[in-house]
Amino acid sequence: MKEQAGDPVIRIERLHKAYDTDAGPVPVLHGLDVSVTPGEFVAIMGPSGSGKSTFMNILGCLDVASSGTYLLNGRDVNAQSRDELAHLRNEVIGFVFQGFNLLPRANLEDNVALPLIYSRVPRAERVARAQEMLGKVGLGKYGRSFPNQISGGQQQRVAIARALVNRPKLILADEPTGNLDTRTSKEIMALFSELNQRDGITIVLVTHEPDIAGYARRLVRLSDGLIVYDGPVEHASAQHLEATS
Amino acid sequence: MIFPMLSEAWAAMGANRLRTFLTMLGMIIGVGAVILMLAIGQGVRSQVESSIASMGSNLFIILSGSTTSGGVRMGGGATPTLTLADAQAIEELPGVSAIAPSAPGTAQIVYGSNNWSTQVIGTTPSYLQVRDWTLASGAPFTDADVRSATRVALLGQTVVENLFGNDDPTGKTIRIKNSPYLVLGVLAEKGQSLDGRDQDDTVLIPVTTAQRKLFGTQFQGTVRFMMAQAESAAVMPEVEKEMADLLRQRHHIREGEDDDFSIRNLTALMNTAATTAQVLSLMLGAIASISLVVGGIGIMNIMLVSVTERTREIGIRMAIGARGRDVLLQFLLEAIMISLIGCIIGVLLGVGGALLVSKVSGMSVIVTAPSIVMSFGVAAAIGIFFGWYPARKASRLKPIDALRYQ
Repeated sequence: MKEQAGDPVIRIERLHKAYDTDAGPVPVLHGLDVSVTPGEFVAIMGPSGSGKSTFMNILGCLDVASSGTYLLNGRDVNAQSRDELAHLRNEVIGFVFQGFNLLPRANLEDNVALPLIYSRVPRAERVARAQEMLGKVGLGKYGRSFPNQISGGQQQRVAIARALVNRPKLILADEPTGNLDTRTSKEIMALFSELNQRDGITIVLVTHEPDIAGYARRLVRLSDGLIVYDGPVEHASAQHLEATS
Repeated sequence: MIFPMLSEAWAAMGANRLRTFLTMLGMIIGVGAVILMLAIGQGVRSQVESSIASMGSNLFIILSGSTTSGGVRMGGGATPTLTLADAQAIEELPGVSAIAPSAPGTAQIVYGSNNWSTQVIGTTPSYLQVRDWTLASGAPFTDADVRSATRVALLGQTVVENLFGNDDPTGKTIRIKNSPYLVLGVLAEKGQSLDGRDQDDTVLIPVTTAQRKLFGTQFQGTVRFMMAQAESAAVMPEVEKEMADLLRQRHHIREGEDDDFSIRNLTALMNTAATTAQVLSLMLGAIASISLVVGGIGIMNIMLVSVTERTREIGIRMAIGARGRDVLLQFLLEAIMISLIGCIIGVLLGVGGALLVSKVSGMSVIVTAPSIVMSFGVAAAIGIFFGWYPARKASRLKPIDALRYQ
């Protein structure tokens, strides 16, 4: 993959992660090497306990690695302060969760505009950009609604709009369709494909469904904290694509 | 940055109205109690202070007595030992600005068909200066009146009301014990004394007239007490000692013998009363402040619950870019908002309560601007102080731990 043009958005070398427990450290990731270049669409698969969620949280700067190198846009994430990590989460990465994670008390527009508050964007521009993003995910008319008034698929669209509002180069999605039915899942994945192909946004998503992984162009398969396959989706064997839940 | 956070804090408060209100109630009661207690304390203080001011400043009272007669000790003032000559001698002392010998008694006063029993004080024109008393109308009697013991009188407001109603008594003639007295003027209103007596229920006449014509006494030329005024508060101890020495010398009291007079520093007594009132007011305020602190702890308690309940929300905010200080500010603003709104309601209730107390009990209650300003300051400080710990706790959460919290 490294032969592709452009500096990698994500460059990971010998990444280890162990959780400290009362019974001592429990290793989860055993030295991963991955690079993602701009414009890629990567699916990460693996059975439960393979470390894919841990890996995703480290990619999203929500958690830190125990050792190894993680360069995000060329910056060493391990060397960043808490505030600098917050800044990366705010402006460089858009994170989409399985459980949507919208604020129930805020209306959709405020939910989408929330990252802009933390990057000190003036109110008028916040509203305009939130409106624009809601329009982009097909919910332009629902700015005043609240999360509990719309369907799960619509909530995930709002979450995607929120991830996009600060114009990140990279979207990380942790099982974005895990709580959705098949039809809605297809719509959400179509949205991701569009963002990737039309806007050139790099997308890394975790899934355990082969259908969902099929939207991506590259597959990374984890097993017991190690990468067991990294290559184009169409070349992956059936074994590497099998459902993992 | 602050504005969206304020509106979020407002929304968070509205999300659980009952709980927010109960939390606020601590502040409301605390602030209301402080305002009310300070107002009552201030009312008592100003009442005491105005009584003191009405008494006159830098004041001594010199009482005659106590003498021993055949083994029976008489109380102070029982036997008049002070004379007008004593008064003149004291007036010459350095540091004494005025002295008013006084021969008081009670008499029935008649004007037309009205009559009234009141205190009649025989004294000199200096009495007005010593007591810081002015005339509402007319003119005071003079030293010449004292020398020739003329039948003239100055009336207090209460006497005027009872004998004359709304008429002006100046120039009219009243009868005291059946003798006619010309009313020269009316004393200004002075109100109650510290011990609650009506100072306006009095009539002033020349001391000589009282001694020779009105009360008559077996000890000619003596007075029951004298009031002396020192030039300043600083010289009062010195003046007290000089007066005592002078009187002992004039009364031929030998070393080791008891005085036949006593000198009291009225101003010192009054200052004690004023200090007592001040201590009372401070104590009321201190007790009320305790409830303010308890209210603050209530805020802290609820904010801690709120941080725990909203851990996931904190995680979401951090995941999309909130820094520690953003989260800190959010929770701090919420705490400050609760305490300030509680404070505003508390001030309103406190002021309302003060008005109610003064209306119902007739006590003088004074709400001062500094006490309101102070309440706001303290409420903001309590919001920051008790909101800080929960807010900091929230801001130090790790994003991943907060997000996973169920």
